[in-house]
Amino acid sequence: MLSNRPARVLLIDLERKEIIIEQREDLNDWLGGVGFATCLFKEYLLPEEDAFHPSQPVVLAIGPMATIYPLVTKAVAMFKSPLTGELGESYAGLRLAMSMRFAGYDAIVIRGRAAAPVYLTVTPRQVHFNDARGLWGLSTEESGHILRQLSPGSGHRSTLRIGSAGEKQVAFAGVVVDTYRHFGRLGLGAVFGSKNLKALVIHGDLNIPIENSAKYSRIYEKIYRQAVETDIMEKYHGLGTTGNVEPLNALGALPVRNFQASSYPEAVNLSGETFARETLIRKLSCSGCPIGCIHIGLLRRQFALGHEHEYESVAVAYDHELVYALGTMLGLTDHRHVYALIEKVEQLGLDAISAGVALAWATEAQEQALIGRQELQVELSFGQMAPYLTALDNIISQPTAFYQALARGTWFAAKQYGGSQFACTLGKNEVAGYHTGYANIIGQAFGARHSHLDNAGYAIDQEVQNNTAAAAPEEIVERIVREEEMRNALNCLIICLFARKIYQLPVVAEALSALGLSWTEEELLSLGQKIYREKMALKKAMGFRPEEITIPERFLETSAMQQRLSPEVLESLRRRMVEKLAAL
Amino acid sequence: MPNKILQAKGMNRCIACYSCMLACARVVYKSFSPRYSAIQIRTRGGLQSKLAADICRGCLDAPCATVCPSEAILPRAGGGVKFNRKKCVGCAACAQKCVVQVIYFDEQDCRPVICIQCGICVGFCPHEVLSMEVR
Repeated sequence: MLSNRPARVLLIDLERKEIIIEQREDLNDWLGGVGFATCLFKEYLLPEEDAFHPSQPVVLAIGPMATIYPLVTKAVAMFKSPLTGELGESYAGLRLAMSMRFAGYDAIVIRGRAAAPVYLTVTPRQVHFNDARGLWGLSTEESGHILRQLSPGSGHRSTLRIGSAGEKQVAFAGVVVDTYRHFGRLGLGAVFGSKNLKALVIHGDLNIPIENSAKYSRIYEKIYRQAVETDIMEKYHGLGTTGNVEPLNALGALPVRNFQASSYPEAVNLSGETFARETLIRKLSCSGCPIGCIHIGLLRRQFALGHEHEYESVAVAYDHELVYALGTMLGLTDHRHVYALIEKVEQLGLDAISAGVALAWATEAQEQALIGRQELQVELSFGQMAPYLTALDNIISQPTAFYQALARGTWFAAKQYGGSQFACTLGKNEVAGYHTGYANIIGQAFGARHSHLDNAGYAIDQEVQNNTAAAAPEEIVERIVREEEMRNALNCLIICLFARKIYQLPVVAEALSALGLSWTEEELLSLGQKIYREKMALKKAMGFRPEEITIPERFLETSAMQQRLSPEVLESLRRRMVEKLAAL
Repeated sequence: MPNKILQAKGMNRCIACYSCMLACARVVYKSFSPRYSAIQIRTRGGLQSKLAADICRGCLDAPCATVCPSEAILPRAGGGVKFNRKKCVGCAACAQKCVVQVIYFDEQDCRPVICIQCGICVGFCPHEVLSMEVR
């Protein structure tokens, strides 16, 4: 049933409350996932219009192996980013890919702006436009509870919703997917908000019969056994991504206090080991992944102060990037304080990385008297948690012009108020939790979505550390681009990138063949290259100019993996990358 | 030694990976869809709540077999049932009669998705949740 069928695309017009289902044979050359998303985004994008123009598309897409093979669990969202003004691309797991697969849609394109708040219910048989006025203003958690009660298909559905950050169109608002995962980065939540779209529930229960059962089962089991019976995935299941905190600290690659330092003794208090020992209560998986990398901790908190025995508890998911952005970047030293900020960011529906980096910049800007108490309405100080809670609320309520600027992102606020040299952004996107060296900086500065996940420059830095030949500028640029092309191929499927060591291209080709889809390794790689070029072309159409990318001085001031970075080397890498992109 | 039946005694450890559901659907029902599985993992109230497994509880002298008019469902020694798809007439009486309401009746195919106590799902549980035990 999967072989040789045209892609099925659901087009939703929020303004007219109309849907169209298209069978798109022409999309099959693009395999799925980011391939489909890139094509459809290009088709409907208004490149020169604002990200909040009602006709701008939001594209969701899955790949041909979604839920069908272990660890193939992600869906992609593509949109014009209100944060960067260009390519918005984000990935989310949990139950979304499964729900889309068994609702029968390879891609969903949402356009238009609803006249009043709505939420959509998508099933294999119908799409409902529901009144969401009663949900508007509710937290992501409360919205989730109500949507679960109102929607069909427990266990076979996915619930996407925004919080007040998205409603207020904060440029780095995210979309919460099934409570514990997110389309976090680049502002999809704000685009939902601009469309008056509070939530999207997708319910999938179609039967898709297996054609070649013997071959498929053999390959499925081989991949499954490799995932659960070898060490390849253990680090993601064991401590999870926070297992990185201590090693990065030991390397001198952990951003601390707005990148003023790259290690600190208190990192031990925020390590994966500490979170696990003190708080870990369970693990969860995306549907179809046997690993369980989603680590949930318990925050137990006293309330009604003065009454001795009143407690509330909250189950919060933690990951390295959250502990970095809402922990080490803010100089916190107590894991309970990090939890409090994670919970706040979750409820408001903000992207954790961007929110933490914005607060870190604001703290230093206040220290340097670029902004005053009147603008901030609170005294921010590294290591002090409570004022950050207030500042996060202020990003939503925007009581002063300063917060209106900050709600447009760190880069924008720094342009207005000064302090760009220590605004930790690259390509207008707040950076991820690594300070490993040149490849990390160049990779995020020039990656298609300015994300550490575009090309994993942080990993390249660690690989080339003691290898002079590999560390040559031209070789670093080549490696970054090769990795990004490869990831575009894998993101057509869309495998979880934690499983990239399992899904080498020969394995992918074999897995696809059991579904009746014929792709060689060369064809897959060539598709990855094609998508990379298309995305870069789309960025240029939206105004991206590689030669205009600047790199904040802070990244050079603070040592990365025990070495001071050289401005000359960085400049030669930057030039090299600009030339490379010009030649695409 | 009597036959064993499926147990889900470790549900506190469940990570909701759906590997058990996918195994049942893949091996027994030849479907990619986890809906076509005789074991269903659900939350009790969203992902912040605990997880529950809807499984056949392996009744002795099972009512779903008693009510079957065509001997497609027969009692199995040790609990649970055997299912012969070719003999099924698609009446859905089994699904209505199930004490714990875990038989899913596929309206499209007019056949029940019913547990045959094969234990395939147990072999794909990565977190020590499921087991086959004597009743």
